[in-house]
Amino acid sequence: MTARDEAHEMALETLGKGQSLPIDMKGLALYHCGPVAKKINNTWRIIAAGPTTSMRMEGVEAEFIEKTGVKMIIGKGGMGEKTAESLKKNNAVYAVFTGGAGALAAERIKAVKEVYWLEELGIPEALWVFEVEEFGPLIITMDSYGNNYYKVRMDEIKERGERIKKEI
Amino acid sequence: MKKVDRETLTGIFYEMIKTTSTTIPLDVYESLKKAYESEEKPAAKKQLEAILNDIEIACKRGVPICQDTGTPYVFLELGEDFPVKAGIVDSIKVALRKATQEGYLRPNAVDPFKKKNSGDNTGRYIPWVHYDIVEGDELKVWFMTKGGGSELPSTLIMSTPLEGFRRLKDGVIDTVVKYGPLPCPPLIIGIAVAAGGDIAMSLAKKSLLRPIGQRNEDEEIAKMEVELLNALNKLELGPHGFGGQLTALDVKIDYSHRHPATFAIGIVTSCWATRRSSAIIRSDGSWELTSKHIYCNNGSKHILG
Repeated sequence: MTARDEAHEMALETLGKGQSLPIDMKGLALYHCGPVAKKINNTWRIIAAGPTTSMRMEGVEAEFIEKTGVKMIIGKGGMGEKTAESLKKNNAVYAVFTGGAGALAAERIKAVKEVYWLEELGIPEALWVFEVEEFGPLIITMDSYGNNYYKVRMDEIKERGERIKKEI
Repeated sequence: MKKVDRETLTGIFYEMIKTTSTTIPLDVYESLKKAYESEEKPAAKKQLEAILNDIEIACKRGVPICQDTGTPYVFLELGEDFPVKAGIVDSIKVALRKATQEGYLRPNAVDPFKKKNSGDNTGRYIPWVHYDIVEGDELKVWFMTKGGGSELPSTLIMSTPLEGFRRLKDGVIDTVVKYGPLPCPPLIIGIAVAAGGDIAMSLAKKSLLRPIGQRNEDEEIAKMEVELLNALNKLELGPHGFGGQLTALDVKIDYSHRHPATFAIGIVTSCWATRRSSAIIRSDGSWELTSKHIYCNNGSKHILG
């Protein structure tokens, strides 16, 4: 199931009003993605569907995980500490799909099961439900124990950057 | 003699947009492939493998390389005797609408105040068009679709002249370090020093059009490009932040003469999926693609199997 900026906002607003979401997200994988999609003979075809930058959702993701019960987040670039805590608390993980690999991702999407909020949010922001096969490569960078691979890496790289600046 | 009109131009621009969105420039492909072959870190190699797979699928199926098909940038060198002038931007807009409808572009033009997507990649000042008027009767076009995620780190530094080059070098390293995996490395970094912030950013963006490996003609600037490229690759950020040798595919530097009191530094980042094309259009309506891609729409080249 895809959701990016506006679908996150919409979902939390809907739940905030005490209404239910168009699908039960419990146990699903949430994919940060705004696809290129085309309707051919009344059937949606996904043409390109790589991940979008996950950090944009950092402000709302912890609450989203808590309230929807999603078990895996797929995106690119990793996420922050608030999300890491929520993943730990809710026994969920975050995985990176190769950024920019939109055609590769689309090839692994076998069918569009449903699409919601298309009218309100437009193609990239709508909530798409995909049927996927061998969706990847996926690399888990945040696990359910609170580990955050990118945070460790970026601390190292920052240090290396300071050293390199002195050499040039 | 046949004369070029708006309709002919629309057709040419449409072909250019398709090519740009679905086939990576040959220089980008070859750099990525070379890095894949020599990369030893498994996670980084896996990313490069996925990238090459993606490029191959996009090329074979004629679909966008990345779902973020970017913001359209057009750079024109317009010969003063080229028959169409005012109609050029309109022709580009018609081509963008058609390419969006056909699924070669995702609708990416959003009104920031009304929060409304125009749905067709055109809008206020979009496409962004830069003109140079030159002698002659030909039109040279460079087309670039610039991804949104890789635009996030783009930075303007308004430095004083004495601190200028120090701040430039620090600024490039800091920018890449600060945003890490977000702009989809390996990156191409465009840099410009100029009299004002607007000039610096514009020239930095335009420098991304120069193919990988093509150095600035000025020896001193070329040396700085290589110095910064090597420095960035020592960071070991690597493809999508998974380590390894390749953080930057290239560094491009350009400049304008500056004001004695100013030293504006523009830094623009572009993702591994740097998508650009160029063409020359003659006044009789004949044209050819001047950029090399892994696959040409006219079917003459097909490097991938």
